[in-house]
Amino acid sequence: MSRGGHATRAPIVEGRGLVKRFGRVTALDGADFDLYPGEVLGVIGDNGAGKSTLIKALSGALAPDAGEIRFEGRPVLFKNPLEARAAGIETVYQDLAVAPSLDIVENLFLGRERRTPGILGTVFRRLDREGMQREASRRMSELGLLTVTDLSQAVETLSGGQRQGVAVARAAVFGSRVIIMDEPTAALGVSESARVLELIRTVRRRGTPIVLVSHNMPHVWEVADRIHVHRLGRRVAVIRPDTHSMTDGVAIMTGAVVAGGAE
Amino acid sequence: MLDRLHRFLHRHPPAAPGIVLVLAVALFGVLAGNRFLQPFNLSLVLQQVTIIGFLAVAQTLIILTAGIDLSVGAIMVLSSVVMGRLAVDFGWSPGLALALGLAVGAGCGAANGVFVTRFRLPPFIVTLGTWNVFLALNLWYSRSQTIRSQDIESAAPLLQWAGTSIPVLGTRLTVGSLLMVVLFGAVWYALNWTAWGKHVYATGDDPRAARLAGVRTDRVLLSVYVVGGAICAVAGWALIGRIGSVSPQAGMTANLDSITAVVIGGTSLFGGRGSVVGTFLGALIVGVLRNGLALSGVDVLWQEFGVGLLIIVAVALDQWIRRV
Amino acid sequence: MRPRRPAFAALTALLLAASCGSSETVVGLITKSNTNPFFVKMREGAEATAAELGLDLRTFAGRYDGDNDTQIQAIENLVAAGATAILLAANDPQAIVPAVRRAREAGVLVIAIDTPLDPMDAADATFSTDNFATGELIGQWATATLGPRAAQARIAMLNLNPNAITVDVARDQGFLRGFGIDVRDPNVIGDEQDPRIVGHDVTQGAEEGGRRAMENLLQRDPTIDVVYTVNEPSAAGAYEALRAVGREDAVTIVSVDGGCAGVANVKDGVIGATAMQFPVLMAELGVRAAAEFARTGAIPEPTQGLAFYDTGVELITDRPVEGIPATSSDDGLRKCWG
Repeated sequence: MSRGGHATRAPIVEGRGLVKRFGRVTALDGADFDLYPGEVLGVIGDNGAGKSTLIKALSGALAPDAGEIRFEGRPVLFKNPLEARAAGIETVYQDLAVAPSLDIVENLFLGRERRTPGILGTVFRRLDREGMQREASRRMSELGLLTVTDLSQAVETLSGGQRQGVAVARAAVFGSRVIIMDEPTAALGVSESARVLELIRTVRRRGTPIVLVSHNMPHVWEVADRIHVHRLGRRVAVIRPDTHSMTDGVAIMTGAVVAGGAE
Repeated sequence: MLDRLHRFLHRHPPAAPGIVLVLAVALFGVLAGNRFLQPFNLSLVLQQVTIIGFLAVAQTLIILTAGIDLSVGAIMVLSSVVMGRLAVDFGWSPGLALALGLAVGAGCGAANGVFVTRFRLPPFIVTLGTWNVFLALNLWYSRSQTIRSQDIESAAPLLQWAGTSIPVLGTRLTVGSLLMVVLFGAVWYALNWTAWGKHVYATGDDPRAARLAGVRTDRVLLSVYVVGGAICAVAGWALIGRIGSVSPQAGMTANLDSITAVVIGGTSLFGGRGSVVGTFLGALIVGVLRNGLALSGVDVLWQEFGVGLLIIVAVALDQWIRRV
Repeated sequence: MRPRRPAFAALTALLLAASCGSSETVVGLITKSNTNPFFVKMREGAEATAAELGLDLRTFAGRYDGDNDTQIQAIENLVAAGATAILLAANDPQAIVPAVRRAREAGVLVIAIDTPLDPMDAADATFSTDNFATGELIGQWATATLGPRAAQARIAMLNLNPNAITVDVARDQGFLRGFGIDVRDPNVIGDEQDPRIVGHDVTQGAEEGGRRAMENLLQRDPTIDVVYTVNEPSAAGAYEALRAVGREDAVTIVSVDGGCAGVANVKDGVIGATAMQFPVLMAELGVRAAAEFARTGAIPEPTQGLAFYDTGVELITDRPVEGIPATSSDDGLRKCWG
């Protein structure tokens, strides 16, 4: 929960020397990565710097050609996003990946549906709709998301920010250890973005660390504890929002300034 | 007022074909009088839509996954020919012949499913091809011969069981029609109350989102085609019950008729939205239309015209309802 | 370009050799579809005769009953392949005429089989059943069988499809004329005023359609006692509908075709009487005429007094009536096709 003094804490996710090539393009060139428990880590970098490749490697969407990823101290190799998810790393994708015609509860539990106990559940495979509804309601209100009063409305009827809330709630519901958020505020207006940032703080308060990949500097500076700067396929710096300004961040990102104060 | 209707229909999409059905029944009640509204005639309508009803259930499942199956009619007839030939020409026990016919249907469905999932071919193209293949197999295996009702009756009455009629509420319903209603119920339950059903909807609605959420979309798709094929085989069994004989020329337009019922029932051809309740109502609407027009003595041309008009109205209505 | 020349020349030579290679006369057979056993038998008959006479028979069929386009293409392909004669069972007797005319202009003999073209003289010759006379035959039988009840008969007419092609119309009108009903315009189905006619419906020539049409007509009038059906599959379907309401013994069904399944149905009492056609004979005669044309250029002659060659029809029934020659179902089973 503390913001400083993590020299004594071990990272929950570690990446060392990650390399990924696509043909002649080297997207990751010996990149490192650290995420500590209980923090919001911002990840910034210019287009083509390799941020999304890094995130895909961490979330299991692709396997690095070289290098190592450790999760809670143990080396891991995820062959697909489902394996990462099984380990507890949930990703909230930029386009959210929610099924528009299903309702909130159905989306929350998609792929992880609960069945009623007893014969109805085992033989007739009946879904425990009431139970899932209750759980969804509880979790959403914990996250401060119960502005959406009717959980049985189709997700397509929700606003962008509300859908974002559903996607995050889905990541949070399953007790995940790490949540990776890819450009969560990119398509949102001011008030909705504010709500998402509040959501991020709430999730952090509950103890889940978040990797926040974003182009939106003000948002990153607002919620991140540390900021990983990615450039030319590697991590070139880790800065803190209280010691570095946004301009500093951009400068390091674009290479105008060579980073000295990496943490 | 229109707004309220819009919202109501949006929440309960099957209400739209439901309203159309009620209107159609009322219309023909007026046009054709008592002969139309007689319980016996209404039970007749149910029987007349039974075969297409079965195929439409299979078609609904497949269309929900944003696919389409043009081979449903061919699978039905091939299965019925297999059942008939094994039982009558080769003297197999009727139960075994029936079972093998069902297996053939499921197998045909599996073939469709494999081409769609493993080879990633568009369902329209796959089933266009398999439609021709299954039809050819049907003509080859049957040698284009019909197996007469009397011969089936003596050798394997089990195959005609679906044609047995049961007195219900003062009228008579066939076993086949009741089976169809039961099947609709079972599929409704599966789609709404099991995880598999949710996965079917998700796969059709947004396959990428489904996959990222952990749904094994390929398995879901394959299962849908296999189940569809098996249902078509059951339709083949019901067909023998209805026409008495095994006819390799049956079901020539059945695939389009099944799609018609699905579309009129409000299921979107783009996948992810719709219900079997709507399909059931859609099938009934077409049946009511044909039966009502025939009773009214209207020229057969107008039946085709009417069905075509219904389809356009149904799709337009569906688009309007979907506007969020 | 230089290295390609020898290959090109070789290819051309090969193609020329292939096209000139066949010294057999090419005869084309185009049937309505491959699903109807009537045409399957017709094709088999043609193949047997062609083999016997040493002709190169090329067969084509529409993809479904009513498919005109495939038949047009088949005619064009046959003309291009240098066919001497084409035997055609037309799905659309009117729409196929321009393609037939072009073939004849190219010197190909075109014989219409089973279905006369419209106009009939658009073909060089026609080998078919006289469908009108066929209808008359079963109509006469029906009215004679009913005896005095014929005056109060309740008649259901089960036709082929909404297209009302020549065969469909001719049989329907022939039946009514044979039954003693004023057909008014013999080229139109359904314009009759006789109150004994309950109604017309279409069956697509198959069992399902037969059942549904019969059910719907029965709803209009449950006392129907005579059913005309355009072919035997639709008759079988109609019978199931009658059986479902227990009227199968009170109703007389007549039909046309003479397929073995249909004749067996006559034997079992499902169909009262059916008019047997001879598709194999049609095909045989057609192929022989083609061979003759190839040899001598002679165009086949029609039956005396008719505009076409009548391949004949026989009434198959186990309840013969005075004055109408009939064949028993047992004998019919020996002559049937399918």
